[in-house]
Amino acid sequence: MSETIKVPTMAEYMAQGKQPEVLFWVGCAGSFDDRAKKITKAFVKLLNNAGVDFAVLGTEESCTGDPAKRAGNEFLFQMQAVTNIEVMNAYEVKKVVTACPHCFNTINNEYPQLGGNYEVMHHTQFLKSLMNEGRLKVEGGKFKGKRITFHDPCYLGRANGEYEAPRDLLRKLEVELVEMKRCKTKGLCCGAGGAQMFKEPEPGTKDINIERTQEAIEAKPEVIAAGCPFCNTMMTDGVKGENKEGEIEVMDVAEMIATAQDL
Amino acid sequence: MQYLPNIIFLLILVAGVGYFTYNIKKVIRNIKLGLPVSVSDKAERWANVGRIAIGQSKMVVRPVSGALHIVVYLGFVIMNIEMLEIIIDGLFGTHRIFSSYLGGLYGVLIGTFEILAVLVFVSVIVFWIRRNIVKIKRFMSKEMTGWPKNDGNTILYFEMVLMGLFLTMNATDVHFQEMNNGNVISQYIAGWFSGVEVGTLHIIERAAWWIHITGILIFLNYLYFSKHLHIMLAFPNVFFGRVTPKGQFKNNEAVTKEVKMMMDPNVDPFAAPPAGEEQAVPAKFGASDVMDLSQVQLLNAYTCTECGRCTSDCPANITGKKLSPRKIMMDTRDRLEEVGKNIDANKGVFVPDNKQLLGDYISEEELWACTSCNACVEACPVSIDPLSIIMEMRQYLVMEKSAAPNELNVTMTNIENNGAPWPFNQQDRLNWSQE
Repeated sequence: MSETIKVPTMAEYMAQGKQPEVLFWVGCAGSFDDRAKKITKAFVKLLNNAGVDFAVLGTEESCTGDPAKRAGNEFLFQMQAVTNIEVMNAYEVKKVVTACPHCFNTINNEYPQLGGNYEVMHHTQFLKSLMNEGRLKVEGGKFKGKRITFHDPCYLGRANGEYEAPRDLLRKLEVELVEMKRCKTKGLCCGAGGAQMFKEPEPGTKDINIERTQEAIEAKPEVIAAGCPFCNTMMTDGVKGENKEGEIEVMDVAEMIATAQDL
Repeated sequence: MQYLPNIIFLLILVAGVGYFTYNIKKVIRNIKLGLPVSVSDKAERWANVGRIAIGQSKMVVRPVSGALHIVVYLGFVIMNIEMLEIIIDGLFGTHRIFSSYLGGLYGVLIGTFEILAVLVFVSVIVFWIRRNIVKIKRFMSKEMTGWPKNDGNTILYFEMVLMGLFLTMNATDVHFQEMNNGNVISQYIAGWFSGVEVGTLHIIERAAWWIHITGILIFLNYLYFSKHLHIMLAFPNVFFGRVTPKGQFKNNEAVTKEVKMMMDPNVDPFAAPPAGEEQAVPAKFGASDVMDLSQVQLLNAYTCTECGRCTSDCPANITGKKLSPRKIMMDTRDRLEEVGKNIDANKGVFVPDNKQLLGDYISEEELWACTSCNACVEACPVSIDPLSIIMEMRQYLVMEKSAAPNELNVTMTNIENNGAPWPFNQQDRLNWSQE
């Protein structure tokens, strides 16, 4: 992919004396991880398609501190948080949307105590609201009738009680939505949370992502839908590990909507 | 001599309730070794008590054990009404005092108790079969050998015997059977005693009555030594359970103060702290022992009844890692008990014993296996939060001991230096839009 897409920054908006409707918090995975960058681009295409007036922080964005806090480094977390909050407050940010449930959770739940108060939405919630407002068209396209299972990200589901927004979008894609044995409140973690993404797992009998992928495969989906860049990596690795690469795709809900619209 | 039984009853009752109170006071003292917590959102908390504790809403997530538990729970709560009559009878030498006042209602009450007794008896047998014959996985974990395993079974035996005694004492009560009011179950059991003389029946009835009440008082006192304290503590524990989103982890205020000071250009770096301020600095970041945990976390530990729903939903445990959220709670209680005994033995002061929760009970390997996914918190039917203890102990490891796994040290260095967990330049953060 070498198409350049227009992504305005908060600094550019400020230079023009304007405020965007929403700040798109890209997150570290969305900025640097090759797989997650595709999700970022798909989401931006949807935002542009829906005519959403958005901006990113670009080089002024920094890690929310989620992995630092969950790894036990409260000091580093708060340094990150306070720095990010200063930047966002300077731009008078009111509303934030992000495609990463970890960023979503941290900014939504842990920034207010440090002086950062914003309306924060996960991208599936935001896309759903765009759909409800009639700004975004969500239609079956190539996914119509396909068997899809949704893997609940812990930090969207259990941590914040959002199980329906991604599923509502998938239903609008007219897919055959099938649930894994453990789903929603009982959904099994992909194995990446709590800073596990950045370290080798402790000795055990199996890797968590393999356990989860095997469960997903039992549901016989054509696509495993995800809502988190880290889940996406873990499940993609799991599908490779189970030699199902040709049969099962792992896609973010935003990518699916964008693909269905041929964006 | 006529009042001898009354006096003996009074003595047993006072001893039973007294020793229990003595131990509960110890529980309360031990819980207060934790850090105090401020409690807001009272309305929501009471609603939780109604729904989760009284209403058992999270028990039925697992339908079989949930339904069986509701039977035993209702049996326990409702049959306690009968305790009132037993105590009055025991103290005043009366016999079935309520029967002369309640008339037909008495039969309804005792009939209900008898039916519940049978249901509880059956449920408890199913529980025993699940633990000992079917060997359901969550009861077979490493931490469930020895005392925890025997404890679980002992409680079941207690309940079987108490239910059996209750029905026997009703069945052999000639006067009660003649009333033929409420003996819905015991009339059939009475049939088994058909050839027995009235005098012998009376002796059996009295024996069952006395063993029953004594058994209940022994059971009451057994609670403190067992996992079974949940029958009382579940209610306050649910009240004090978290009402904020599960993803919101505790903010360390002491760190906030430091960070705010660093960010404030007007702070005088050479200023002496105001008088008394030095004491306000916490002794340590995070938790390495029970005294570093909050009172709610310690209440959690006493409330845990080791059902293992948390552990059976834990992704780390499912995939064979050492971490078991249930063990985190059991270890916390065991260490707290040890600290309590230390205080008892040393005239009310804790004498350092060169032991702590971290290392002596909970290993670093267990702590680092957690994915912070909240499955354990979600699974707990009584709002226990093992995750918060894991996170606070990680905080101690990293902030006090610099003892994170090396890959995490690299991650944290990256975040610190270039604002991302990977070694990418912050200036390249928007490059994706050009690729």
